[in-house]
Amino acid sequence: MTTLPEVDVPSVDMQASIGGVPVVSPVLTASGCSSFGRELDPFFDLTSIGAVVTKSVQLRPRSGRATPRMAETPSGMINSIGLQGPGIDGLLTDELPWLAERGVRSFVSIAGARTEDFAELASRLRGAPGVLGIEVNISCPNVESRGEVFACNPDASAAVVAAVREAADPAHPVYAKLTPDVTDIVSVARACADAGANGLSMINTLLGLVIDPDTMRPVLGGVTGGLSGPAIRPVALRCVWQVHAALPNVPILGMGGIRTGLDALQFVLAGAGAVSVGTAVFNDPSAPARIHEELAEALGERGFGRLADAVGYAHRAPDEGPPGRHA
Amino acid sequence: MSEDGGTRVVQLPSGERLLPPVPGTTREPLGQPAPPAAHPPVQGVAVVVGSRPVSAYTELTIEAPDIADTAAPGQFVAFAVGGPTSAMLLRRSIAIAGVGEGRISVVVSARAEGSRWLASRRPGDEVDVVGPLGRPFPLPPEGTPALLVGGGYGAAALVGLGGLLRSRGHEVAAVVGAGDAARLCSVDDLAAVAAPFVVTTDDGSAGRPGRVTGPVAELVAGAGVVYACGPMPMLSAVARLATDRGVPSWVAVEESMACGVGVCMTCVLPVVGADGRSRFARSCVEGPVFAGDRVRFADVGTLPPDLVGADAMQLAHTPAEKGETP
Repeated sequence: MTTLPEVDVPSVDMQASIGGVPVVSPVLTASGCSSFGRELDPFFDLTSIGAVVTKSVQLRPRSGRATPRMAETPSGMINSIGLQGPGIDGLLTDELPWLAERGVRSFVSIAGARTEDFAELASRLRGAPGVLGIEVNISCPNVESRGEVFACNPDASAAVVAAVREAADPAHPVYAKLTPDVTDIVSVARACADAGANGLSMINTLLGLVIDPDTMRPVLGGVTGGLSGPAIRPVALRCVWQVHAALPNVPILGMGGIRTGLDALQFVLAGAGAVSVGTAVFNDPSAPARIHEELAEALGERGFGRLADAVGYAHRAPDEGPPGRHA
Repeated sequence: MSEDGGTRVVQLPSGERLLPPVPGTTREPLGQPAPPAAHPPVQGVAVVVGSRPVSAYTELTIEAPDIADTAAPGQFVAFAVGGPTSAMLLRRSIAIAGVGEGRISVVVSARAEGSRWLASRRPGDEVDVVGPLGRPFPLPPEGTPALLVGGGYGAAALVGLGGLLRSRGHEVAAVVGAGDAARLCSVDDLAAVAAPFVVTTDDGSAGRPGRVTGPVAELVAGAGVVYACGPMPMLSAVARLATDRGVPSWVAVEESMACGVGVCMTCVLPVVGADGRSRFARSCVEGPVFAGDRVRFADVGTLPPDLVGADAMQLAHTPAEKGETP
């Protein structure tokens, strides 16, 4: 008797793209949730994911805020770190070479207080080894607009994106990272796309607060904090859905509470061409590699041969059936 | 703080020096930062093989040969709690209390929902654990007499160290303290390796009434190195007693951690680095063991203006605004 071949889910082509640059996996880390990558090296092969999205870097080193910086919340956490980091010099000297020597792609998150800060950072990244592209963290107070957060204003967001696109290496895709704490995220997304963003990262954390019932004061030293984790996933998914519906040709890096391959699948179906895994890494340091495998399996089980075919699939018309079925 | 490359006087904003000046010099050098562990951590599922109450705590023993083979005293492990769909995402970091035969043990203080879940694991249950994490206690030169000081369940982190020091021929003394008798920990284990051995309780329900600092002040004179693990105020007091006597000290801090592996930046405290400049250091990967005279205990929970990068924080709002990355 001959042995029948093992029935298996067909392999899925998981190649993805970040602003037109091909990556081996649609799964990336998320800014602020994997430092500069090297701490995760013991847990999974960093070259197997799309990129390490670095912690937001600014022109100067930053100490970050006083502790306590974190509080656990139902299916999430709030944090108030204050963008602690080495500044662009430390990034270029110590962090990017370490990643590049190992063949790990970096998607560098930049932050600043003025439009010119962002442009200078983008320009400093020209020619840096291993850099896949730039994620622009516009969730920062604009000192030239009385501290209004760039990402809350379409014009301020567009100004930063245009300046970064102008200053950056033409080979580096520029993604704007959007905050969900706005009335109309589509208007900010459209302003960024019109200003030359090659893609949109969404979403950043939502502003939250936790009060300690014993001390009867806010837990965090910074009082308010950014809420992340699965608690915000439906909000994130809604944002991706709305923006993809309005701007179907703008690539989206989706994030917000992704913990499993099926969570990632929801973002892909809503319109994200790639996803970032953030807070889940605190729970499971090998989560990005695991989620890649789970997403590939989930796509295969649903009859997709290529990841690209599933992007935005949930937006199809009601009379379009599932793939691989006779209508 | 001078940056001229000469002798760097480390002076706190309060005006006090980290170490008393030595005649003929500006000051003694600080203790060196603890070196990183020799082995990287591993993540995996481990079977609980033992659970027993230890006074107010629960001692869990788990089968984790890859962690047990490389763990060194002072290191910790980080547990996921509540199962794969848990609403509690953050890992619970706990010092390794014992290692042997492919197993590690930890002492769990069941204070809140996550630690209660962990303390209620029974033999046969599985737990997801990452370890060994953090920097181990550096070992002293041959022949150095050591003083171990444990507060509450922090004493558990010193058991492995005490045994290792004894096996290497060191004299070991120990002081173990807690609020009351029920919250003492690892008394028998440390009594077996330490002499003199002193127990204190704040309420006098066991041993000498009062804090550990009384007996530590007496015993530090005979010590060549001090190791401490416990609550921050205790570590601060013990490190000061050692430093005032010119005795090097190592403290294992218990800062609140979200990930335990160095990526979340929540478990920081102000520490004087090898270059004499202070930074927010992560207690998970740059600690939990720090030289006692390098931790700026008085500044924990604040943003000291002389920290590297503190000058860039002036534009930060407090609290963060809507739409901001806080």
